[in-house]
Amino acid sequence: MALTTAEVARLAALARIDLSQDELAKLAPQLDVILDAVAQVTEVAGDDVPPMSHPLPLTNVFRADEVRPSLRVADVLAAAPAVEDDRFRVPRILGEEQ
Amino acid sequence: MSELLRSGAADLAARIATGEVSAREVARAHLDRIDAVDDGVRAFLHVDAERALAAADAVDARRAAGERLGPLAGVPLAVKDIFCMTGVPTTAGSRILEGWRPPYDSTVVRRVRDAGLVVLGKTNLDEFAMGSSTENSGYFTTHNPWDHDRIPGGSGGGSAAALASFEAPLALGTDTGGSIRQPASVTGTVGVKPTYGGTSRYGVIAMASSLDQPGPCGRTVLDTALLHEVIAGWDPMDSTSIDAPVPDVVAAARQGDVTGLRLGVVKELGGEGYAPGVNLRFREALAALEAAGAEIVEVSCPNFRYALGAYYLIMPSEVSSNLARFDAMRYGLRVGDDGTAGAEEVMARSRDAGFGEEVKRRIIIGTYALSSGYYDAYYGSAQKARTLIARDFENAFESVDVLVSPSTPTTAFRIGERTGDPLAMYAADLCTIPSNMAGNAAGSFPCGLAPEDGLPVGFQVMAPVLADDRVYRVGAALERELAARWGGLLTDQLWARENGADENGGAL
Repeated sequence: MALTTAEVARLAALARIDLSQDELAKLAPQLDVILDAVAQVTEVAGDDVPPMSHPLPLTNVFRADEVRPSLRVADVLAAAPAVEDDRFRVPRILGEEQ
Repeated sequence: MSELLRSGAADLAARIATGEVSAREVARAHLDRIDAVDDGVRAFLHVDAERALAAADAVDARRAAGERLGPLAGVPLAVKDIFCMTGVPTTAGSRILEGWRPPYDSTVVRRVRDAGLVVLGKTNLDEFAMGSSTENSGYFTTHNPWDHDRIPGGSGGGSAAALASFEAPLALGTDTGGSIRQPASVTGTVGVKPTYGGTSRYGVIAMASSLDQPGPCGRTVLDTALLHEVIAGWDPMDSTSIDAPVPDVVAAARQGDVTGLRLGVVKELGGEGYAPGVNLRFREALAALEAAGAEIVEVSCPNFRYALGAYYLIMPSEVSSNLARFDAMRYGLRVGDDGTAGAEEVMARSRDAGFGEEVKRRIIIGTYALSSGYYDAYYGSAQKARTLIARDFENAFESVDVLVSPSTPTTAFRIGERTGDPLAMYAADLCTIPSNMAGNAAGSFPCGLAPEDGLPVGFQVMAPVLADDRVYRVGAALERELAARWGGLLTDQLWARENGADENGGAL
């Protein structure tokens, strides 16, 4: 399979990374080589092998439902790119397509 | 002064506890050392002398007040810059987090602070721990103290280089595919990846959550075990933390007894494709362990050949999901917020500007592997391969106590040598990835210098889940046997090379 720059552009859009044309042109062949190299794993295991998502067989790990002090607002907002009235200020969230 | 730098952590702590030397003097010596050599090594992204000295003074005050100090109180520590720590920047080696100061401490950092360790600063790494050389750092490349033209390994190259250059006696790392063990191997130091769930990931900036594991790094096996004991153990803040007693790694490191222990040499990891000096020193280490009473057998793990491929599907998949949090909204870099661009545009511009090449590469691969129509073929198959790798370990551990291999196929390669070839870079993790996939314990220990280039070779020990003590048992035996031949540690030879044999006490 060969990834086209258009396909890589679509993946970049899904991943919310505004890649330049140069980056797309450079990435497409690199990804091809990498995907070719890893493709052998697609042939190794049959239907009888269960998938392993995680090393530990854990399910539903809960902590006690207790009220605890949270971080101070000022501490949390200290690292924000933009702040307004004790809140994160973000760019408009509704785009043209909405 | 130089003698404080060359001392191990256990020794320093003992002398601080008796008052023979103050924690401040020890911290000062290491800060001066950083001033003297870090322009060349570039191990640290951030050094905070004031905080380090204040932490050291607190230890000295506790001692003066008659308090009993812990086994590592007052010992300087270098922290990989992927652990959240209040009061200093945490960047994960990425421009997207430049200048970010976390509002909380990671559990591991809290534990080392509570134990009285003195944090000197934050060490360099490949961006978000993605790499084997620190060349993917968003800031600069760290140099291998053995040869400044060579890479120090990665991603934890800063921590390993800090140890080998005597800037710190202990360091913290994280290991997703070998990021503790491969740097240890190429710098002649010790590094252990604990059993998955053995150390808390709370406050460690995530790369691939089912693989990431914080761990200890040192120049000696005992020092590394002492740090392991401080950081390990159940943490309710990490839902994948194991609620079980920490294996007695310190006793194992002190005893170093391999009598009757069965060591399985993994047939698939070694031989052809490995550097001659790596194969040579590995075989010598086996002979030394056999002479110390271990039994050596050969074991086959046929599915390990799929480990690298499965890893480069599973890890990027988790990366693409984990790194979605860097969205330019709550913290980190924001680019292009010009009042007209929407949130998604700003997000995409910021992520393009803030992430480096390798990070983008992995996010795109992961997005592809998880995308509709490809999920089963890529991510699904890789998860099945992971099962087969874990089964190979289970089968092997039915007949042997530990598995052993070289830590990485070569010695430190040259800076720039593999940056144009991602696959060549990925191959550095060939031997270390299987243990991350299965979630068991593994460590790398120095086993000599390759004759062809005079650079360190690492010996890897892999043990079953929660049998981390066996890793230290074998590591300590190897260290003892080789020290008897060399007259000291491998890093002592580096010190002697730089400072003359006099200061080394004739160790060569």
